Amino acid sequence: MRKALEGSQAIAQTVALCRPQVVAAYPITPQTHIVENIAKLVADGNMDCELVSVESEFSAASLVLGAACAGSRTYTASASQGILLMSEVLYNIAGLRIPMVMTCANRAISAPLSIWNDQQDSMAVRDAGWIQLYCASNQEAVDTTIQAYRIAEATELPVMVCMDGFTLTHTLEPIDIPAQAMVDEYLPPFNFSRALDPANPISIGTLVSPDHYSEARHSHHHALLAAADEIIAADADWQQLSGRAAGGLLSVSGPDDAQIGILTLGSIVGTLSAASDTYTDLPATQLINLRAYRPFPVDALRLACSGLTDLIVLERALSPGFGGIVSAEVHAALAGMPAVPRIHSFAVGLGGRDIPLEIYRTLHERINVAEPQPFSIIDVEREKLPVEDHGIEVTGIMT
Amino acid sequence: MSTDKQTITTDSLVKLRKNQPRFEGIESGHRACLGCGEALAARLVTEAAGPDVMIANATGCLEIFTTPWPESAWRLPWMHSLFENTGAIAAGMEAALKAQGKPTKVLAFGGDGGTFDIGFQALSGMLERGHNVLYVCFDNEAYMNTGIQRSSSTPHAAMTTTSPPGSDRMGKRHLKKDILSIVAAHHIPYAATTSVAYPSDLRKKIRRAMEIEGPTFIQIHSPCPLGWGHDGEYSIKVARLAVQTGLFPIIELERQEMIGSMPIRHPRPVTDYLGLQQRFRHLFNKDDARAVEELAHIQALADHNIKHYDLRGDGMDRLDSDGADTVRRGGMRWA
Repeated sequence: MRKALEGSQAIAQTVALCRPQVVAAYPITPQTHIVENIAKLVADGNMDCELVSVESEFSAASLVLGAACAGSRTYTASASQGILLMSEVLYNIAGLRIPMVMTCANRAISAPLSIWNDQQDSMAVRDAGWIQLYCASNQEAVDTTIQAYRIAEATELPVMVCMDGFTLTHTLEPIDIPAQAMVDEYLPPFNFSRALDPANPISIGTLVSPDHYSEARHSHHHALLAAADEIIAADADWQQLSGRAAGGLLSVSGPDDAQIGILTLGSIVGTLSAASDTYTDLPATQLINLRAYRPFPVDALRLACSGLTDLIVLERALSPGFGGIVSAEVHAALAGMPAVPRIHSFAVGLGGRDIPLEIYRTLHERINVAEPQPFSIIDVEREKLPVEDHGIEVTGIMT
Repeated sequence: MSTDKQTITTDSLVKLRKNQPRFEGIESGHRACLGCGEALAARLVTEAAGPDVMIANATGCLEIFTTPWPESAWRLPWMHSLFENTGAIAAGMEAALKAQGKPTKVLAFGGDGGTFDIGFQALSGMLERGHNVLYVCFDNEAYMNTGIQRSSSTPHAAMTTTSPPGSDRMGKRHLKKDILSIVAAHHIPYAATTSVAYPSDLRKKIRRAMEIEGPTFIQIHSPCPLGWGHDGEYSIKVARLAVQTGLFPIIELERQEMIGSMPIRHPRPVTDYLGLQQRFRHLFNKDDARAVEELAHIQALADHNIKHYDLRGDGMDRLDSDGADTVRRGGMRWA
């Protein structure tokens, strides 16, 4: 049933439908509304779970880890500094191969302090070994949250559902929250094969010598790669049940014969989609919505990029001293293709800077060059830089 | 037809008791050092706690020496996550068991580093929220797993690799943190100290804590022969002297109120304790005025404990059975 809901409210209701037994979280903008809504659902008797309001994000992640090892389905959510604070635990959860789901309400990283949206937080834990799924809309976030439990439990890997802070979490729009029966049909009760049990005692989290560490990492890496199939299957099954797909590994929109592509993650997809409808004078362009960032869908991306002459990678994060994070991976993924498109790399909308529709025209202008230019933050306003930096080209490695 | 009737004698009772199978949650064959106080303490805890438990173990010696993959010394469901999150891991286990309606008790194990220092916040959160967890701190008074560095539990003037004595220093400059008072200040139902030298006291306290619904805390003084600088065969002797000198008071607190202590009828001078350990050897240079002063300082700390916790008790009977100097071995009196 479609209801006018704030993104956070929709996520809280969706989490309740997934029946986690233990929820632990620490409030941080812009994730706060999610846990507040969950707390209200619990208080009103509409969600049966142990909700633990912990004293830090570090303990939030640790608490759900302990709960999952004791055999319960769990949920947590965080953002920004909270993600960084729990990063040690995030690596630990993934290394232990514990199925769980968390929402990252994407937000910039301090300093300078910013409570507004970009994706530097989840990008910072890219290598933690979690599945990362990025949502372009609140409906996608709802559907992805449900799918995330199925994926996590099938692969014994944790899943981070990334949704842009404020842009999605605080936006009120009509959202279809599926019926409980449908979610129950899709998502069987949690049954963790390695749950701790006094009747069958096992040891989790042991010390390994150099004799076994590499093998553990090998298995983890291959489990993530193999998770791509489960991500596709989970989306296909959900589509069959609900009539809605959430974008598999990645989704492509726009004319098939377009020679220019723009690849991005999260809510910018909506902006670019609206812009392409507005600026009809510009060349036909395909939009590539990269939903699965980990595992990175190399084959799907190659397929999506075949026939393109120019690919713009637009991301809300950067690796200072290098450049684009996603674009570096796109370069690597497309290397060796028969005709690799020219790759143009830009960061945009850092720290919540608004991304206007005109960005679409600017992008088309900026790729109209003889050779792709080095990575840049496309919406930097030079007059705001220190005077001595006004004339300096912000350049970097060609990513 | 004659019956082979057995007469129960004191001898046969002792034999019977010896042969009685006792649950051991931690197997022999682990890799602890000779004379490790922590290994013995952990075994005694699991014996007293029984099999229906689930353990969250902080990073540290206990975790390392019991679980070198693919081996494990644990016969209990056990997990290790990180150094500083044991309180939160245990809280999560407890929340899950509660949600599942299971009665299994959660135990949290940490060393003094994981409890007093890096894991303190998670521990405080666990206590404040009232999780039904028994937190056991194996206190060997330094970061032993990384090679004997000072912790906030290291006693004053002790030598560690990060508090070495020298021309400008006499070992650790600060006092041992009073973790028990801090923990008890969370108004938890039960917090106690005990020592690996007094197994019957240790078992009694574990059993008591196991029966309490809510957060409980037990600090076990556990010598580390390597870190303290004494032969492994003297671990129990050293641990007992810590109690008998008044440097490690054995006390019990209920909701922050002291409800009991192990009396010391005949306190020993602190030099009896300190002199057995290399970590205090710089205090025994009679030509060094600083050493003499520090010894007096440590004796004053012990005297303060004896007075503050009223450790002399009220009985002066040399033959009473309730004092630290008469309790020599465990297993018979309470356990």
